[in-house]
Amino acid sequence: MIRLEKRPNPSKAWSYSTPLLAVLLTMIFGGLLFAALGKDPVAAIRTIFYDPLLGQHAFFYRPQLLVKAAPLILIAIGLSLGFRAGIWNIGAEGQYIIGALCGAGVGLAFYPTESFIIFPLMVLAGALGGWAWAMIPAVLKTRFGTNEILVSLMLVYVAENLLRGMAVGLMKNPEGFGFPGSRNLAQYPSATSWINQNAGLHWGVAFALIAVIFAYILLTRHMLGFNIRLAGQAPRAARFSGVNPTRLVLFCLGTSGALAGLAGLFEVAGPAGQITTDFNVGYGFTAIIVAFLGRLHPFGILLAGLLMALTYIGGEIAQSQLQLPAAAIQLFQGMLLFFLLAVDLLTNYRIRLKQGAAA
Amino acid sequence: MDLSSINWLLLLASLMVAATPILLAGIGELVVEKAGVLNLGVEGMMITGAIAGFAAAVESGSPALGFLGAAVAGALLSMLFAVLTQFALANQVASGLALTLFGLGLSSLMGQSYVGLKPPSTPKLDLPLLSDIPVLGPVLFSHDLMVYFSIALVAATWAFLKYTRAGLTLRAVGENHEAAHALGYKVVAIRCAAIAFGGACAGLGGAYLSLVRVPQWTEGMTSGAGWIALALVVFASWKPWRVLIGAYLFGGITVLQLNLQAAGLKVPVEYLSMSPYIITIIVLVIMSSGRSRGALGAPASLGRTFHATG
Repeated sequence: MIRLEKRPNPSKAWSYSTPLLAVLLTMIFGGLLFAALGKDPVAAIRTIFYDPLLGQHAFFYRPQLLVKAAPLILIAIGLSLGFRAGIWNIGAEGQYIIGALCGAGVGLAFYPTESFIIFPLMVLAGALGGWAWAMIPAVLKTRFGTNEILVSLMLVYVAENLLRGMAVGLMKNPEGFGFPGSRNLAQYPSATSWINQNAGLHWGVAFALIAVIFAYILLTRHMLGFNIRLAGQAPRAARFSGVNPTRLVLFCLGTSGALAGLAGLFEVAGPAGQITTDFNVGYGFTAIIVAFLGRLHPFGILLAGLLMALTYIGGEIAQSQLQLPAAAIQLFQGMLLFFLLAVDLLTNYRIRLKQGAAA
Repeated sequence: MDLSSINWLLLLASLMVAATPILLAGIGELVVEKAGVLNLGVEGMMITGAIAGFAAAVESGSPALGFLGAAVAGALLSMLFAVLTQFALANQVASGLALTLFGLGLSSLMGQSYVGLKPPSTPKLDLPLLSDIPVLGPVLFSHDLMVYFSIALVAATWAFLKYTRAGLTLRAVGENHEAAHALGYKVVAIRCAAIAFGGACAGLGGAYLSLVRVPQWTEGMTSGAGWIALALVVFASWKPWRVLIGAYLFGGITVLQLNLQAAGLKVPVEYLSMSPYIITIIVLVIMSSGRSRGALGAPASLGRTFHATG
């Protein structure tokens, strides 16, 4: 008979090793899945995890790693603040879209003026857009007690429809021969977020690193970070110590919204280039996995973001080389979160094999 | 715009069809939440049910087997959530999200060879006398069996929760799992059963989308229906009949919005398509404002992890 015994304190060792264990389990079960699909499991895992880093064409894939990881890290950092405090922003995908729309809107409005002020203005608009979109669930929660999970999620579908409306309407490229989609911002020097396209460097990468450091300082050195952690671990104690829950909700949702908005802006002005009807590719949802995989810790998220980017790039290679379906990678990522949540048990509980008669 | 071009009778009739998927998923989630578990994976279970039901119906040629397959698939998937939350004691919110992400991936993988196919048509129930009644006939009595099944399910759930001993036990587990455990009820087993029921219902709802409402398979075809079902439970204040009312209200909005598009309302399609989601938010605000969770009727143990220490 197996019995669980709660640990007095979460185990440090397990808390570091569970993400690795989860990745390992995902590889094993993912391999089984690939085998079930009739692919060589070893080759598939190798293609996904090894080839983009150290394979023959790695020099080509490594820069892409940064490009994919940047939005994931940026969004996940924001989400992790809220998750720590028990505030569930699940609508990062929507905030990402609105950030892209606002930022791109500013950029398109100035076309074809050349000025160094345009890009900073776009960044500001992107952050503000994402922030404002996240403020809707935040204000509804603090004013009316509405569930932020459901509201932020509903707003994803609203944002997706808004995106479609913009891509075929207001933001459509007048020189686009009637095709849906805006002008390509990556080809508009004053509005592009690329720093060095060959090296995979754009402003999003820089901001992602800044966000990691900023979040680390906030969480370990600042009162606000302490309050966030306290509100998550002991809500009643937090109230007694004078933590204002309303302000915390506004701060956490606002920050994660602004970061998601920034991610959207950097993406549309760089790697994506334009507003299209299906511009969003689910980074807002994948970032949830990244946040948990990184144990809601800034540096953990940095690593988790890079790992998740690896599965994207590797997945694309596996698609073209092994004809592995794109959905398999999505399933793979979902599986990772499952295993992570399951093995987390080891952090908080001891597993005891009970001797003798079971009670 | 030409409002007279809308056939209001047809609109009322299609309202019931539009409402059925979220009604099924909603009533399932109601039972889960009554047992004190918050499963946010409805969307994932629905979409898995949609493709599983579609595949089963296409392969067997029988819609009935399709619905059965969908229910089984939804229940099986929900067991992953049950293992995570009831045995591995994982956070319910995170586990539910994991279930949705996993279900979305799983469904698009399973659905690859089914894109563009047509499912066998689900026969309409032909009630000789009833469906001939002038106005009521076409609106109320000319649907397929699942529409009536969903209503019967609401009635059965209501009666189960209100009048049976097992229903009382389930509610007790949802209100206070410590006390229920002390009384000797198997909290984890009861919760697992509720989760499986919720999964089966969500699967049925998904299959109704892919077999009757749309009827075809497209990736991501639930597009938020599962989340709306979750909102429906809040709207209903955890009362079965109100889930029915809410689902029909919501179905009405969806159908009206589609009809307005067809009637040529001078608003782009994309903006009209937002309306169901915006209205859901507004409804959530109205339902939540000024009331605590308890006053709303939420089970007291909702979302809390249970770990038997004794």
